[in-house]
Amino acid sequence: MDAYLAAIAIIALIYMLLSLGLTLQYGLTGLINFGHVGFFAIGAYTSALLSLQGLPLALTIPAAAVTAGLAAWPIGLISLRLRDDYFAIVTLGFSETVRLVITSEKWLTNGVQGIPGIPRLFETISVGIGAQLAVMGLILAVTLAAIYAMRRIVASPFGRVIEAIRDNEEALQALGKDPAGFKIQVLILGSALAGIAGAFYAHYITYIVPDQFIPLVTFYVWMAIIIGGVGRVSGAIVGTGLLMLFLEGSRFLRDIVPGVSEVEMASLRIGVVGLLLVLFTIYRPQGLMGDFTKR
Amino acid sequence: MSLQVTNISKAFGGFKALSGVSLEVPMGGLVGLIGPNGAGKSTLFSVISGFMPPDEGAIGFDGRSLDGLNPAGRARTGLVRTFQVPREFAHLTVRENMMAAAPGQTGESLVGLFLRAGKVREEEERLAEEVREVIRFLRLERVADEPAGKLSGGQKKLVELGRALLVKPRLILLDEPFAGVNPVLIGEIMERIRELNGRGIGFLVIEHDLEALTRLAPQLYVMDQGRILTMGAPDAVLADARVREAYLGGAV
Repeated sequence: MDAYLAAIAIIALIYMLLSLGLTLQYGLTGLINFGHVGFFAIGAYTSALLSLQGLPLALTIPAAAVTAGLAAWPIGLISLRLRDDYFAIVTLGFSETVRLVITSEKWLTNGVQGIPGIPRLFETISVGIGAQLAVMGLILAVTLAAIYAMRRIVASPFGRVIEAIRDNEEALQALGKDPAGFKIQVLILGSALAGIAGAFYAHYITYIVPDQFIPLVTFYVWMAIIIGGVGRVSGAIVGTGLLMLFLEGSRFLRDIVPGVSEVEMASLRIGVVGLLLVLFTIYRPQGLMGDFTKR
Repeated sequence: MSLQVTNISKAFGGFKALSGVSLEVPMGGLVGLIGPNGAGKSTLFSVISGFMPPDEGAIGFDGRSLDGLNPAGRARTGLVRTFQVPREFAHLTVRENMMAAAPGQTGESLVGLFLRAGKVREEEERLAEEVREVIRFLRLERVADEPAGKLSGGQKKLVELGRALLVKPRLILLDEPFAGVNPVLIGEIMERIRELNGRGIGFLVIEHDLEALTRLAPQLYVMDQGRILTMGAPDAVLADARVREAYLGGAV
């Protein structure tokens, strides 16, 4: 049971990194990124492949952040010329393209068979719950560092400008500031976070296949930040925590509710999350963490 | 040494929004631009501020051509516009709206933000003081820490003016500063504009409220159907038969 709880906590922390990245991009800057999972995938494959070449994880995980961040750069350049809704489509297309590329470039990624035997974090230190806790501790430390950095950004002149972009881009231009550079930085930074999350994921699960990187992952992250409260760092944290609790907790619900098969339960879970999203959008659009306008 | 708009034309499909518009605002001048709805006033502002490319014509400011500059580049030359429908940063407070407008902040770069925290703090303190003064000047103290989205229309116009001031403008293009503003506040805004003009900031003001603008601006341009009809002192302009015909529909 301890191992199970630790596993949930690790996955929740990985999702929290994803949520923080999206909070920076959408919540603070207003960039509708529907392709978050693409950067998650790039991070996962980068770190997995490099580590299988024998590179230490202390290098491959930062490398995952760099490749995911670099991948965001051209996307940013192309997409900044587009309106919000087109940007959303481009990013969704990008993440699907990433998935198709890792599916078909077998020489590199082993295609649908995926990459097994990815080295674990702290492999040499210990086995069992000790290793789990060490992994959890590391990811927690990285998440806390990300939260700290995000809070610094929110309270800074940089944070003011990206929120101004979200609220009214043309007004900012009229005041002599070019939004493009800010948007690209935000895209790179948020995607680098997704890349780190992907690397942690790969080294935790130890086996990655293209099917783990479907758009549903992106939309789980969206659900988390909408429930928690868009535009707030605390919203990303609380929303992700609740979503993970619900997704995992509902596994046990099946024990109490008779006559529901595993497959039905999986669909039911998503149905309930969908219903929650609708209710939140109608009755509490600011999310659980309260007034969107106050930090 | 002025804003020089020369022979600007702009068509949307078959509709000529602007045909050969020329006007000039001397540095430190206070010039009004009036005209009925659809005369092309706001289109002209969009062209001058770089949000819309003209089909023909040239814009010069302070002796240099603005033609190659984007909106942000034009604003950085000291030519700052406001919008007809206020475009406040709704989720930022009034104070933050103005702080966001100030140029050259170290903390706007991520490197500066994390590696030169001391300098950022210093700049923030200096900027906060500057913003306090602008807020005091515009009598916005009471709402300084409210989200700008919650303000009244008139207060939002003042926030826009305040933001423009933080850019250190030499000429402000004001788009209908009195539209939808209550009469008491109109007087206030006018007073502030005069005061700023006295400090050497030039204004080109679009206004629908004929009466307010004739009180404010010593020189008026009148637009109708995409053309400049006439220009001159308010009395002379209002006495012009073509202006009465176009603007007042011959009713006066």
